[in-house]
Amino acid sequence: MGAELVKRLAADGWHVAAIARREQPLKELKSGAPAGAVHVHAHDVTNTGEIPALFEEIVRELGGLDLFIYAAGVMPEVEAEEYNTEKDFLQFAVNLGGCVAWTNEVALYMQSARAGTIVGISSIAGDRGRKPNPAYHTSKAAMSTYLESLRNRLSSYDVHVCTIKPGTVLTPMTEGMDDLKWPIPVEAAVSDILKAIEKKKNTAYVPFRWQLVSLIIQHIPSMVFRKLNF
Amino acid sequence: MSAFGFPKRPAGEPRTSYQSVEAWGMTHRADARVFHPTDVTQVKSSFEAARRDGVTIGPRGSGCSYGDASVNTGGHTLDITGMDKILSFDNETGIADCEAGVTIEGLWKHSLPRGYWPTVVSGTMFPTLAGTLGANIHGKNNFRVGTIGDAVHEFDLVTPAGELLTCSRDSNSDVFHAAIGGFGLLGVFTRVKIKTKKVHSGNLEVAAHATENLAEMMRYFEEHKATSDYLVGWIDCFGKGKMLGRGLIHNARYLDPGEDQGDIEESFTLGHQELPENIMGLFPKGELWQFLKYFTNDPGMRLINGTKFVSGLFEGNSPPIRQSHAGFAFLLDYVPNWKRAYGKGGLIQYQPFVPEETAHDVYSECLKWSHRKGIVPYLGVFKRHIHDPFLMTYSTGGWSMAMDFKVTAANRKEVWEHTKELTEIVLEGGGRFYFAKDMVIGPEHAKRMFPAENLARFFELKDRLDPEHLLQTDMWRRVLQPLSPRA
Repeated sequence: MGAELVKRLAADGWHVAAIARREQPLKELKSGAPAGAVHVHAHDVTNTGEIPALFEEIVRELGGLDLFIYAAGVMPEVEAEEYNTEKDFLQFAVNLGGCVAWTNEVALYMQSARAGTIVGISSIAGDRGRKPNPAYHTSKAAMSTYLESLRNRLSSYDVHVCTIKPGTVLTPMTEGMDDLKWPIPVEAAVSDILKAIEKKKNTAYVPFRWQLVSLIIQHIPSMVFRKLNF
Repeated sequence: MSAFGFPKRPAGEPRTSYQSVEAWGMTHRADARVFHPTDVTQVKSSFEAARRDGVTIGPRGSGCSYGDASVNTGGHTLDITGMDKILSFDNETGIADCEAGVTIEGLWKHSLPRGYWPTVVSGTMFPTLAGTLGANIHGKNNFRVGTIGDAVHEFDLVTPAGELLTCSRDSNSDVFHAAIGGFGLLGVFTRVKIKTKKVHSGNLEVAAHATENLAEMMRYFEEHKATSDYLVGWIDCFGKGKMLGRGLIHNARYLDPGEDQGDIEESFTLGHQELPENIMGLFPKGELWQFLKYFTNDPGMRLINGTKFVSGLFEGNSPPIRQSHAGFAFLLDYVPNWKRAYGKGGLIQYQPFVPEETAHDVYSECLKWSHRKGIVPYLGVFKRHIHDPFLMTYSTGGWSMAMDFKVTAANRKEVWEHTKELTEIVLEGGGRFYFAKDMVIGPEHAKRMFPAENLARFFELKDRLDPEHLLQTDMWRRVLQPLSPRA
């Protein structure tokens, strides 16, 4: 999803810095974009110690920062009866730790500049603690709450914070999974995300129908909810 | 290693952040790596870091200077606000020993419950001692007690060379008199020993007096300066002709022992002093600027100024009132974020200090010229000053008139041109400028306002204490550096 966002933003004339773990896809992003539009940096968000210096480097090379999108996330497969701290902590580190470490840098910068937009790709999975992957749901719930706090903190500094809650998007994360509910292609998801950013939405479900689903899910009493299989 | 792999910071290294560092007036900003030291070792490490990175470092307190005195484009910034402990307070003498990041707010909130009020405070309580010493600020009582530097007994200054100099009138006296008012360009203040004044009540007696023009205002000041403790004039800069410089004076004095018949103990409490957070108990003041922004235009400000003047006529006829120290002193804090009512372009405050002999003519000329050009200050504040013994002083022993000009992307050039013309009038009259406010003057003006000998001595000290010129700010590069022998 991050890669697709970079492509679209670059095509729309933005100067974009793309950050990802692997060099190869980054190179492809750069070469596929208009010359000079995309800067790339190989970085693993769990190496949080690198973030302050890398953030500074990126703001310098872009000559400022108007929009920040945190799209990093992992969702390893977890069996129904599996309790695996290693897998869970990895999800916390990427989905939450990396998000907080990066967004803190951005928040302070944008607060001091009194301008900017922060976007976090959270998930509808954070709306309820369901059965499949407790740590994933937790990490996304935490991310959504963190972003909500930032929105409340930063609104008086003219900084907007937008929480994106995608449903099922066909990305490498969902590859090989069967039984996907209402999957949409990544291009469609990115269009919706960019629209939500432009409209300064606080929270946007992607696509919109998930908002209705979430509304229902959030109101199912626990004693019923635990019987459900999804 | 702390949680999520974030490295634990070594004890001697300061926390840092990357920020857009802004001039208070919002007319200037620069991105910078900001160092937040909490002790002397970390101040020294901040210098080291700048040296290692091959950049300069600019000292900054709370960033309350209107202009570029705490912004350092292209280099690092050293933010002293983390050194905010009051080390000791002597209840007998009122002498406070403070880390230099202690703010005026931190100081008065500590001293007042003990029966003391800071001798000199700014119109806002947020500046740090380091910043106020660097600027050598004054208050509405400058004509009585001098500048903040006059209240300082001793300070520690960490120089970029890594030396810690303890300076007072007796020891390192040359540095004492140059670093106060030296805009942090000689070293970083890390500790300040400052005296506060014994007060006999948490209240002041405040009287208002409306004046129809500048001459009348000046006459009132002269007649009352021997008996009053604070004098400040507000000027409606839209007034013309016989009403040129019309305004309202607030005249306050400390209460004598026994004079306050009310609950004295209560008057010293912070609850009594605190500025109200809500208007009529409901509307949060933090949001008031959103409403004010509809008035920051010529008709709006003409209306507000005019209304204030007329209501001042009534206020002036009323008997004096009792007002808390904080309520009287920190006028600028009444409407939090009021500067944002000026819009994205911000504002500049243009504050010439003019000698007694020429003051009336210079200020009248400034106001007339502003009317002629159609660039009228939205706020004018008038004060009386005396000479002070500091090397880079802005004082001329006379008067000052602060004028706030709104800046927009469209008028910026025009406003700068306008102030340039005003600066000619001011310098012709032997005036000076104050770097806590200034955003517009150039080296050619600084050369005319400072005695050559003072400038030479300042540059000598700069070379001695900071041989690499590691400490720099945009103000230094704009105004002073071009005059230095190294330039």
